[in-house]
Amino acid sequence: MSGNIMIVGVGGQGTLLASRLLGAVLPGMGYDVKISEVHGMSQRGGSVVTYVRYGEKVSSPIIDKGEADFILAFEQLEAARYISYLKPNGKIIMNTQKIDPMPVITGAMDYPENIPEKIKALGIDIIPVDALSMAEESGSAKAVNVVLLGVISKFLGIDTEHFEKAIENTVKPKFIEINKKAYRKGLEYNI
Amino acid sequence: MKKLLLGNEAVARGLYESGCTIVSSYPGTPSTEITEFVAEYDEVYAEWAPNEKVAVEVAIGASIGGARAFAAMKHVGLNVAADPLFTASYTGVNGGLVIAVADDPGMHSSQNEQDSRNHAISSKLPMVEPSDSSECKEFVKIAYELSEKYDTPVLLRLTTRVAHSQSLTELCDRTEVGVKPYEKNPKKYVMVPANAIGRHTVVEARTKSLIEYAETSPINTVEDNGTEIGVIAAGCCYEYAKEAFGNKASYLKLGMVNPLPKKLIADFCAKYSKVYVIEELDPVIENHCRVMGLNVIGKEVFPMEGEINAAMIKEKVLGVKAEVKALDEPIPVRPPVMCPGCPHRGVFYVLKKLGVTVNGDIGCYTLGSAAPLNAMDATVCMGYSVSGIHGFTKASAANGKSVAVIGDSTFIHSGITGLINIAYNKSNSVVIVLDNSITGMTGHQQNPTTGVTLKGDMTTSVNLEALCKAVGINRIIEVDPHDIEKVEAAVKESLAAEEPTVIIARRPCIMIKKAVIKKPLIVDQDKCKSCKACMKIGCPAISVRKDTKKARIDDTLCVGCELCVKMCKFDAIKIND
Repeated sequence: MSGNIMIVGVGGQGTLLASRLLGAVLPGMGYDVKISEVHGMSQRGGSVVTYVRYGEKVSSPIIDKGEADFILAFEQLEAARYISYLKPNGKIIMNTQKIDPMPVITGAMDYPENIPEKIKALGIDIIPVDALSMAEESGSAKAVNVVLLGVISKFLGIDTEHFEKAIENTVKPKFIEINKKAYRKGLEYNI
Repeated sequence: MKKLLLGNEAVARGLYESGCTIVSSYPGTPSTEITEFVAEYDEVYAEWAPNEKVAVEVAIGASIGGARAFAAMKHVGLNVAADPLFTASYTGVNGGLVIAVADDPGMHSSQNEQDSRNHAISSKLPMVEPSDSSECKEFVKIAYELSEKYDTPVLLRLTTRVAHSQSLTELCDRTEVGVKPYEKNPKKYVMVPANAIGRHTVVEARTKSLIEYAETSPINTVEDNGTEIGVIAAGCCYEYAKEAFGNKASYLKLGMVNPLPKKLIADFCAKYSKVYVIEELDPVIENHCRVMGLNVIGKEVFPMEGEINAAMIKEKVLGVKAEVKALDEPIPVRPPVMCPGCPHRGVFYVLKKLGVTVNGDIGCYTLGSAAPLNAMDATVCMGYSVSGIHGFTKASAANGKSVAVIGDSTFIHSGITGLINIAYNKSNSVVIVLDNSITGMTGHQQNPTTGVTLKGDMTTSVNLEALCKAVGINRIIEVDPHDIEKVEAAVKESLAAEEPTVIIARRPCIMIKKAVIKKPLIVDQDKCKSCKACMKIGCPAISVRKDTKKARIDDTLCVGCELCVKMCKFDAIKIND
């Protein structure tokens, strides 16, 4: 088995931690793994993309258009921006949160309406998740990333215990419980 | 044990395992993490230098002193360090010397996309280029061996996708190599003409030996799959080609990109009916092939600009294009912006309001060029603003209203020399130092103004006021950039003054510990008159409600800096109790 996962969001939303957690879990499942991220400018509230690729042997560290099995979107507009990267039968798991980009804030452009419906109308399998509320219920709005990882985990066959171990090894001690709670909420999410 | 390592982390691991003991660098995306990771090893001394030239000189000195030494920088940093680099090529080394340079094809966070392989050619230095993290680590070891065997500094070239990708890497133990004894040898190390003439002969002979090495080097490998198509590639382009062709092509993977082998390439080209040279940016390998009269396909198919990827190779060579879906409407772009609470925002608001010409520089504050502030007229390189404003005002004295803006780290990097020029040549320029107590854009590194070293030790810090005074600037004004009345008054007075001024706008970056984060503000919907005055500062936390046309503040983003409060004439923005 192999897979291509794109994690897209807004700088500051915790996409890098999401890829780090996947990176802590996937090699243990016997996969070769490559993860590619872009630092620097993209962190300042810009659009951020991380590519996670796994399989028997991975060459390119990036995912090309039409090649992603999953897009894990932290924000609606970012989901819309990257749908061209999805495989014909790929899935989008999308946090329903909206964050206005500067052209919308300044009034130069409108934030597109009904994004989930429009994506669905293209025949794309999209799973909208109110990850922000679920993260807040878990104790921190910042845990959106782990909620979304909970949702995608069942598709990837990730073992819960294995993932929780990764949380313990990756996040600061005082955030471990919040993250585990957020992960369980994602896992239990009824699709 | 195999571990998933970032390319930059793997370079750091390679330094550790190779017995490197001295590292000096200046941060620059995408190279920064090498030095941050290597600083975590107690066995390695690591520091941030004020700029890349200093960093390379420190590393050269350490090498002459007998240690395995290292410096890292981004591609444009190598321009700054080019002076010592070119002559260190003549002196050669004592302890091994490796210099990493990270190119940024596609300009994810750079002002140009120059190809550093050209620096390797013109400085006559060997350059190796890894394609994944495992090679990042291994190539550092090979680079040190080459450095000591061939008596030369060795360049390690990375690109963004290698530096910032993680792949599985085997960890090994450190080999202590100790520090070699230093022996006085002016003919080798004192580069006066009489000695340098002799050393140039040594350099040319060395290049010949290195070409011979390249012919059989274990990092230049042929993978013959009995195909029609042959591919010559290095670095990440090799991975893209593998992704695109798999075993439907044969490969000559060049781990060493300078000097290039001749026979190895010619023999490879002879075996396949079509040979593609796949390389980002300049046609370095391709030109080498063409000089030898080899018939290869390169830049007539692949671009000189930006990145290459597997999809592009499939499309250009195999004519295969993926079918993609897209929404049938424009998707607003999401460019990077100054953070909510960013101390730079107040200064740029005032500069826009006053309509002055702004000579900008490299850092987070370059974002002042974006809408709605649009308060930047020129940005070139590190330090340009301070030197450039002097030239600008000399050229257009009638204009009379121009300032330079530069961050604390960039000012130390190469702004101070421009300021000395301003004082010395009686320029009447206004320089605003945006002192946010950190090197922000590259991810918050310490610098000589912060009082803390890379290793986290307390140290002396540059007193910017005293420094400016010492070079001959008498008008020095400190302001809080969020006190916009004072900023405005300071800029206006300084523009009218008959002598040069340095305004130090001092407030810590909102992302660092020193910064004060307060409760989010709210907009009193009854008091808001929809005048949009608060929108002028370009804070991403403030937007206008579509339904009521009134302002609202996103409480997940707002840090309570209260700059917007000063914009509102109706007292509509307040603290949320």
